[in-house]
Amino acid sequence: MIKIKNLTKTYQNKKTKTTVLNNINLEIEDGDIFGIIGMSGAGKSTLIRCMNLLEKPTSGSVHIDGINITNLDRKSLSKVRKNIGMIFQGFNLLMQKTVEKNIAFGLEIIRIKDFVPENMKINEYKSLSYLEKRKVKKVETKRKVSELLKIIDLEDKAKAYPSMLSGGQRQRVAIARALATNPSVLLCDEATSALDSMTTKSILTLLKKINEETKVTIVIITHEMNVVKEICNKVAVIDQSEIIEQGSAPDVFKNHQSEITRQLIGGEL
Amino acid sequence: MDNFMKLINGLSNTLNDIMTNYSDMLVQGMLDTLYMTLVATIIAYLFGLPIGILAEVTSKDGIHPMPVINKVLGFIINVGRSIPFIILLVAIMPFTRMVIGTTIGPKAATVPLIIGAIPFIARLVENSLKELDKGVIEAARSMGASDMQIVFKVMLVEALPSIILGVSLSSITLVGYTAMAGTVGGRGLGDIAIRYGYYRYQPDVMIITIILLVILVQIIQSIGQLISKKIDKKNT
Repeated sequence: MIKIKNLTKTYQNKKTKTTVLNNINLEIEDGDIFGIIGMSGAGKSTLIRCMNLLEKPTSGSVHIDGINITNLDRKSLSKVRKNIGMIFQGFNLLMQKTVEKNIAFGLEIIRIKDFVPENMKINEYKSLSYLEKRKVKKVETKRKVSELLKIIDLEDKAKAYPSMLSGGQRQRVAIARALATNPSVLLCDEATSALDSMTTKSILTLLKKINEETKVTIVIITHEMNVVKEICNKVAVIDQSEIIEQGSAPDVFKNHQSEITRQLIGGEL
Repeated sequence: MDNFMKLINGLSNTLNDIMTNYSDMLVQGMLDTLYMTLVATIIAYLFGLPIGILAEVTSKDGIHPMPVINKVLGFIINVGRSIPFIILLVAIMPFTRMVIGTTIGPKAATVPLIIGAIPFIARLVENSLKELDKGVIEAARSMGASDMQIVFKVMLVEALPSIILGVSLSSITLVGYTAMAGTVGGRGLGDIAIRYGYYRYQPDVMIITIILLVILVQIIQSIGQLISKKIDKKNT
């Protein structure tokens, strides 16, 4: 569950002060596929980056599963981030590593002593020697990567490099990478904006499937209404740094209050 | 035109001469140049690589901005790059004597070579890291990677092809520097070129050493490009 309370983000630039987000209040429940839609420059990117503290709010707070993460120290924040996956418009894969190495990255950066094995009791793991632990982590990582490759349907591309893949395939690898640490939240920053409509549909289908099977909470920011229509159960409309509407997706579509929403709905025709 | 013809004639006539009389000297010269270039490049990178990484990490767009440290580093690098190498050679002599015990010979020459190369290499490394796609670094941060992990598992990995081209460039620059080091007792091909070509008016020997230097630089350039291209998985 994600709670955003009175979040404001301003940039101070010598003489001018720009307000990018103004007193945002949002509540996203477990299992939601929550869409945040707005025109370019409305503040959506900044908002989603505040959710995992890639951007620090100027005031207000962000709460994930009851914990206020806004002012955490580096170490704790790093731990929290392992529970939040993120995918981007530009995919942001490591171009010099294979698909499997990319997917395993999130697990690779977890220290051996901090690792939590899935197929073993944690106490049993803790009692192992360093080398034994390392082996367990290696085996589990391999298993997890295979499992994810199957989910994203790219098993034959495990040893390929991202430059050999299409945009849609790269985004799928990015999704697998984001899910490797079993996060409870997946943030999607314009994840389909660089893809054609058919590929967009297949990515959204994949996200919906993952949400249904693992109950991971998904937050999607986009400027395309059809993306929201396709899979979101709730939506918030953001315009010029403020949330102007929010509610269940069907409600907002049917009974939209503002001009902006109307334009956004009409825009995708 | 007349002088040029004389030069060509001289060359072809004494080629045999050179082969028998000077081959030992030329081989030694080549080995000295290679030794100085190799040793200086490796050790200079040992210092220049971390400095370059630090300069980028502490920069305004870096992963851990530290404006004071960044300014200091920038200043040191700029000052280092402003000193003409031939002046550095002479100015460093007391230090060289302290470290090696002498200022003569290829080993002693590596000291000013290393000191002169470090700022240059730091800049090259910094630039290689600066041109990286910031999105990948952001993705790593979003996964909870620490600064160290980002440097070693993301930045250096993604910038490796560019860094290798930098190694190629700096070693070629160092080849040029070794020639200057030759003027203060360094030996090597450049020294031979100056001694025979300038001081002894034997242009034939000078031309041979120039040809050897050109070949050496070409080889370094080609190897650098080959390796960089081979390991680069982004542009297959």
